[in-house]
Amino acid sequence: MQWQSTDVEVNRSDGTKNSETFTPAPAKDQFQEELVIRPLHSGDIYASFQFRTLWDTDFLQEGQKKVSHYRLFPKSLGQVLSKFSVQELHISFTQGFWRTMQWGQPFIPSPPGAELWVWFHHTVSDVDGNWKELTNVLSGIFCASLNFIDMTNTVQPSASFKPLGLGNATDHRFLRYATLPREIVCTENLTPWKKLLPCGSKAGLAVLMKSEKLFHSSFHSQAVHIRPICQASFFSKSWELRQTLNVVFDHYTSGQGKKEWSLFKMFSRTLTEACPLASSSKVYVDITDNPEGELFELSPATPLLSQAVVLGDRRTYSVYDLTRAETFGQLRSFNLLLRWKGDSGDMLRPLLHAERYVAGFGLQTGEIHTVIYNNHPYRAFPVLLMDSVPWYLQLYIHTLTVTSKSRDNKPSYIHYQPAKDRHRPHLLEMLIQLPPHSMTEVTVQFERALLKWTEYTPDPNHGFYVGSSVISALVPSMVAMSTNFTQDQPLFSSFVPVKEESSYFVRVYTEPLLVNLPTPDFSMPYNVICLTCTVVAVGYGSFYNLLTRTFQVDEPSPPLAKRLANFIRRIRGVPLLA
Amino acid sequence: MAALQLEKQRVRNAVLAIAAVVIVVGIPLWWKTTETYRAWLPYSEISELDSLQLQLSVDIEVVFSRGTLTPEQQKKVPLSHVNVKEHQIDAKTGLRYKYETRYRTATIMEEDALNQPTAAEADLSLHMLSENSCGSVVVYVIPESSALMPEDVKAYVGQRRTVLLRSPPFRSSWSLKEVLSNLDVEVEQVVSTMSFGHQDIVAALSNRVRMTKVTKESMADSMRAIKSSPGYEITFSLLNPDPKSHSLHWDIEGAVQSYIQPLLNKLAPIANFSVDSQILYYAVLGVNPRFDNSVSAYTLSADSLSHVINPVEARLGSNAASSNPVLNFLLYVPDAHHSPLYIRDHSKREVPSNAFHSPRWGGIMVYNVNEMYGPEAERPVDININMAKVMGVFLAQLRLMLGVQRTHPPTGFVLQSPGSAGLADWELDRLLWSRSVENIATASTTITSLAQLLDQIGNIVINDNVAQQVSSAVTSLQSAVAELEAGNLAFALHYSREAVLASERAFFDPSLLHLLYFPDDQKFAIYIPLFLPMCVPIVLSLLKTVSEAKQRLADKQAKSD
Repeated sequence: MQWQSTDVEVNRSDGTKNSETFTPAPAKDQFQEELVIRPLHSGDIYASFQFRTLWDTDFLQEGQKKVSHYRLFPKSLGQVLSKFSVQELHISFTQGFWRTMQWGQPFIPSPPGAELWVWFHHTVSDVDGNWKELTNVLSGIFCASLNFIDMTNTVQPSASFKPLGLGNATDHRFLRYATLPREIVCTENLTPWKKLLPCGSKAGLAVLMKSEKLFHSSFHSQAVHIRPICQASFFSKSWELRQTLNVVFDHYTSGQGKKEWSLFKMFSRTLTEACPLASSSKVYVDITDNPEGELFELSPATPLLSQAVVLGDRRTYSVYDLTRAETFGQLRSFNLLLRWKGDSGDMLRPLLHAERYVAGFGLQTGEIHTVIYNNHPYRAFPVLLMDSVPWYLQLYIHTLTVTSKSRDNKPSYIHYQPAKDRHRPHLLEMLIQLPPHSMTEVTVQFERALLKWTEYTPDPNHGFYVGSSVISALVPSMVAMSTNFTQDQPLFSSFVPVKEESSYFVRVYTEPLLVNLPTPDFSMPYNVICLTCTVVAVGYGSFYNLLTRTFQVDEPSPPLAKRLANFIRRIRGVPLLA
Repeated sequence: MAALQLEKQRVRNAVLAIAAVVIVVGIPLWWKTTETYRAWLPYSEISELDSLQLQLSVDIEVVFSRGTLTPEQQKKVPLSHVNVKEHQIDAKTGLRYKYETRYRTATIMEEDALNQPTAAEADLSLHMLSENSCGSVVVYVIPESSALMPEDVKAYVGQRRTVLLRSPPFRSSWSLKEVLSNLDVEVEQVVSTMSFGHQDIVAALSNRVRMTKVTKESMADSMRAIKSSPGYEITFSLLNPDPKSHSLHWDIEGAVQSYIQPLLNKLAPIANFSVDSQILYYAVLGVNPRFDNSVSAYTLSADSLSHVINPVEARLGSNAASSNPVLNFLLYVPDAHHSPLYIRDHSKREVPSNAFHSPRWGGIMVYNVNEMYGPEAERPVDININMAKVMGVFLAQLRLMLGVQRTHPPTGFVLQSPGSAGLADWELDRLLWSRSVENIATASTTITSLAQLLDQIGNIVINDNVAQQVSSAVTSLQSAVAELEAGNLAFALHYSREAVLASERAFFDPSLLHLLYFPDDQKFAIYIPLFLPMCVPIVLSLLKTVSEAKQRLADKQAKSD
């Protein structure tokens, strides 16, 4: 590249004049960041980052008014939204499996691997084409193999995935859902994710995101959620981009059984400033189990406390506001430290929990078991179970059984879409009523299909992944949920809209399955060619021989006795035998 | 004995029959089933395009105003005159410029228009009188003594497609022929300013013609422009490395509307443009500027600019939603600790605009804000960026990138500034000429090399889609060349764009890249278990039959002797 100076006559005098009287117009976009730290009962630490960019604009406008000038909102995502007419987009990359029974419910659940679900605007005519192109573009943006999403692993769930933002779209023709359970999440996915933040990883909470620490953990999940929401202060539709990153550090098991933690120990960084662009920047620490400070001690201490009802539970948090200078103290650095004094008590068992496994033997048939637990002592509630099974596991839907408390439990709603070989997967959605304090088991048998030799993955003996089942439910809440959305609500408690006080929405993902398929010998094609050719050649050879051989009447040679006799006769000079 | 002969005869017939079946049925069957599908391509027409003879025709209208010709001369003025120039660029590329000049005297209305006090007004009122077609040039010859233009100005190029030319000094004794030939020299200068010069056209052919280093350097100016493409993305990025001290506000939406959009509207026939902007925070330069005590400012040298840009470029991002080339325009506001910042050009001089551009990439402008607030100002300081100043620079850079060159006019020529539209009609024409030629050159090279490739590798599948794209590219190319020859510039550009699009689609068609072409030796290795056991007996028995037949022939001859 050759750089040349640009010669333009510039009027240099007018530069300073208009700056003094200038007052900026109120910004149409705002940015918030927060970090929630929850010490888990297993001794692990759950850190959840949330970054929210709100923009009072509409990406789906056409023509001259097209949105093209970006400030805080990342340009690459905005262009994608307007090009593909996306109404709502949720994408998550997760490494590791969230252990609900040990850790409780996460703020925003996600299945292992990559998950993508998108609601398109109802004006889109070619949804499948848009979806295919969108996955390709997103795989470029996030450096992930989302381009492996095609029609064979895309489903259109009829009930499980409703839009979380504005717009009461119910026509699931505009919804696409796909998971890639095999996807491995690593640094190359984190870097583009961080790049979407206005401050990058240069300032604010994002400086803590050092990849060697974040990926040295038992659970890592990063997500992007984009949706239109109604903003009370703007009185209009605005777009919300939420970037979340959830990590569970296993310092307890890996660090000699010590439960102490500090920001520096977890992230090998401390905080020095809030992102200057953020309108709010806060760190929350869950101290619900420690009301009098008898269990652990936080330093520095903060007088700010906040109460929030999250996932059916009233929790108390210590709040550190990074936009205030006193948070950083004398050293101009904020390193949160937690010291344990006693042992933590028992954890409240999560009310809804599910697991899944594959049963059976041999390489022909098998059975998928999904077990759903309702731990509520006296309330029954319905759950929506969604299963998307690849076509090469041929489900026998007539073997579907749902039993709870060893009695048949008939689902009140079943939506089943059978697979088409090499075209689409099975989709099974059921509404099941879970009796109180019960275990419900869903089983279905399947047969493994034989794939074509080019359809196998490079390591076919590893097995084939089947994505997690998704269980969505409105779980009865022990405490009244707050239904009003206010501006100062912490981000982690405001992701899923709460419609009524008595229940809260939970989505539980089961383990993905790893199923072995009958695997051929991959040198087979050449062997087959050789064998066929040999068989043909041998058959042809004998045929050819038969046709071209000359048949002659051969004089049979006299028996041995006769020849001997003739030999003697010749010596004796008597006439020979005929 | 007879039975034996009969049997031998049967064997011989069987051998021959099997060989015949294998050759007549077996081999064609095998050939047919293992053949790759290759659709028909217009090879002969493609090879015709390989040697390209381009003819560019310009319509020139020379209008004599009152007082430039004597009445006798006026009567004898010929209706038209054709002037052809030929250039052979290389063995396969030739150029022919055809200047078709028509002469007439000015109408009364035109005379009135020419009587306006200034040249600019005359230009405007002449434009009102008639609309000139794309690519044509109208030369108004005005008397030598006309007061329309200052004394030293020889020609005045207007905003449209007209030029006012001061008539060269004639001697009244000259015959008309001498006058016209004298005028021709001037007209040729006008045309090379307003339509195309030989240099521009050769530069546009750079895709086809291999150039020596010397010609390359001499044409650096004309090769600065970004390559012809069906669309461009223009991205304005405001780099704010220090959001803690500066809170920058720029009214990019309004600035684009008032400065950039008129130019892009004018350029709409050439390509589709999309404009967007973003603000990048904490975007730091890759090189630390050095403090220069003599000017008490930080300085960067232009040589290090490419290193400076690298870390920023990673964050600029490409358009996720299209694959058109991107033109980047960066406005860099240095942080409070490194202000003011100046970039020195290659000869270590300060550049008044403090802006630099890189061919085919975009430009960067450094905008110092340190004078706008005092040291006691509360951080962050709200700063409003003067968009008129910024956009003036970016507009100039954009014009350079798009190939609207600021032509160096011959001495005595005055170019009227393009005004609010950002682009004069004749500047657009220049662009159309060179873009058409460039598109034709690109498309013809693409198509010929594709045809050559497909011809060389016999195993590539050519499906109907590729064949159809190739054919449509060839037809569009032929039409583009024909339209250029006829002087219909707008159509020529239209067809040449279509040709480029179709040829690129054909060239980059993914079906051409399938791993369907195995080398022949491997293919035969696979077939050997079949071929060897089948062919050996046939060949051997055929040999035997032939030798027996020879033997019999020899015996017969011996007998007859």
